[in-house]
Amino acid sequence: MHPLIGGAAALDSGHVIRFQDVTKTYEGQRRAALRNIDVEIEAEEFVFLVGTSGSGKSTFLRLILRELRPSSGSIHVAGRDLNRLPSWKVPGLRRQIGMIFQDFRLLPGKTVYDNVAFALQVIGRPRREIRSKVPETLELVGLGSKGDRMVEELSGGEQQRVAVARAFVNRPPILIADEPTGNLDPATSVGIMKLLDRINRAGTTVLMATHDSTVVDQMRKRVIELDDGELVRDQTKGVYGYQ
Amino acid sequence: MRYTLSETWSGIKSNISMTIAVIVTMWVSLSLFGAGLLAYQQVELMKGGWYDKIEISVFLCNADSTGDNCTPGEDVTEDEKAAIEQTLRENPEVAEVHHETKEEAFEEFQKAFAGTSMEGTVTVEQMQESYRIKLVDPEQYEGVVSAVVGMPGVQAVQDLREVLDRLFEWLGLLQWGTVIASALLLLAASLQIANTIRMAAFARRREIGIMRLVGASNFYIMLPFLLEALISALIGAALACGTLALGMQFLIRQKAQVLIQASPWIGWQHAGLAMGGVAIVAIALAIIPTLVATRRYLRV
Repeated sequence: MHPLIGGAAALDSGHVIRFQDVTKTYEGQRRAALRNIDVEIEAEEFVFLVGTSGSGKSTFLRLILRELRPSSGSIHVAGRDLNRLPSWKVPGLRRQIGMIFQDFRLLPGKTVYDNVAFALQVIGRPRREIRSKVPETLELVGLGSKGDRMVEELSGGEQQRVAVARAFVNRPPILIADEPTGNLDPATSVGIMKLLDRINRAGTTVLMATHDSTVVDQMRKRVIELDDGELVRDQTKGVYGYQ
Repeated sequence: MRYTLSETWSGIKSNISMTIAVIVTMWVSLSLFGAGLLAYQQVELMKGGWYDKIEISVFLCNADSTGDNCTPGEDVTEDEKAAIEQTLRENPEVAEVHHETKEEAFEEFQKAFAGTSMEGTVTVEQMQESYRIKLVDPEQYEGVVSAVVGMPGVQAVQDLREVLDRLFEWLGLLQWGTVIASALLLLAASLQIANTIRMAAFARRREIGIMRLVGASNFYIMLPFLLEALISALIGAALACGTLALGMQFLIRQKAQVLIQASPWIGWQHAGLAMGGVAIVAIALAIIPTLVATRRYLRV
């Protein structure tokens, strides 16, 4: 285990994400984006969420972040019943979840250090904590020497590492990655996957939505597959497609 | 906190022309609003001052007077006078009745026209006797007037309030005009603030998106915008208060007060009230449009 990892807030044993008979229908649409989903993700698991575009992956992730609310069924995330979570407690939920995107979503015009520090500043962490945690996390993602660089000067793989650092700097118990390798070449993708694997081994639950069959096949982790809003496969040590 | 302040400052800087537009609009509209508050207090003060002084005058017939209730060539009789006085004293609206004799009226006339060509043009006999009446409630004069206006021996009932009321009607119109004009301007100012803040929020939507993602509280996200609007509004309010103070000093205290000494004039305590009103409205005008404008960026 990497000596710098650890300290991820340990949750009670058991599931950190649980969907119970969840259906989501967008307003004005007849077809449900997700239908009767029952799934549990345990603490410290690494789970791939696969499926074609429009299969409901994004809806699934947005429900976890409580950007959306289910039409029926209940969702529990990090010990919270999202149906009963008042709006003003949503920021507290999101502090339990680190989020990574295909397009990195970094702030241009800011340095690597500032981009990572931003995530702590805006939740009101003290400056002392920021000054110790940001370099530590940059070290962890392999950017220890690049803190002063502007993010737009970095390669795609490095930018995604900054995004991982930003998502993980607050040591959330859950990390969600939405197509994190979608914009990266295969070699760079392997590096990002190794990083996510390390973070997972240190005790953080990782849920990764992806189209990247190579990555899924290499990792041999649990695979949940959505097809047209329905859960069609939940397989431990799975591969991208059926063999 | 340092982050909030630097965000506020960079928001103001990047939006400087809009910020100036907001400040100027706030300045003008709040000045007008404050002037409306001052005008309102001035009119109320004048109403109070003048209503206290004015009285209803019931002029009685003399030998020269013409009128439906007078016998030509004859003074009012003692019986008629007694009936009129009794009617007045029995009226619950009447607070005080003062009988002015011809001699007293003559003295008043001589005093009023002393040194003019009018002096000595009339005799005591030509003057009119009258009753001068003070009312319990100066606003309720119609009942008293109609009670005596048709009585024999009453030549005319003069009520200054009829004249004053027309004046106050105009002043009231002026008051409302100021209030409506300033309300329209304040509406424009609040829309301008909402637009400025919306633009600022749009320019920072990337940051806002990330803040929401990492779990920053809504209050924290909104704070820089709120501060930006508050700073603009408070600068506008300060300029408006300065304008009011200048107007107070140079128009009221140095001009109007000297010119028309008979009227009571508003003082600094009234100006202070108006400035307080201006400040409260400025704060409301900063906070409400900001809350509305940032709402869609903060929906969780």
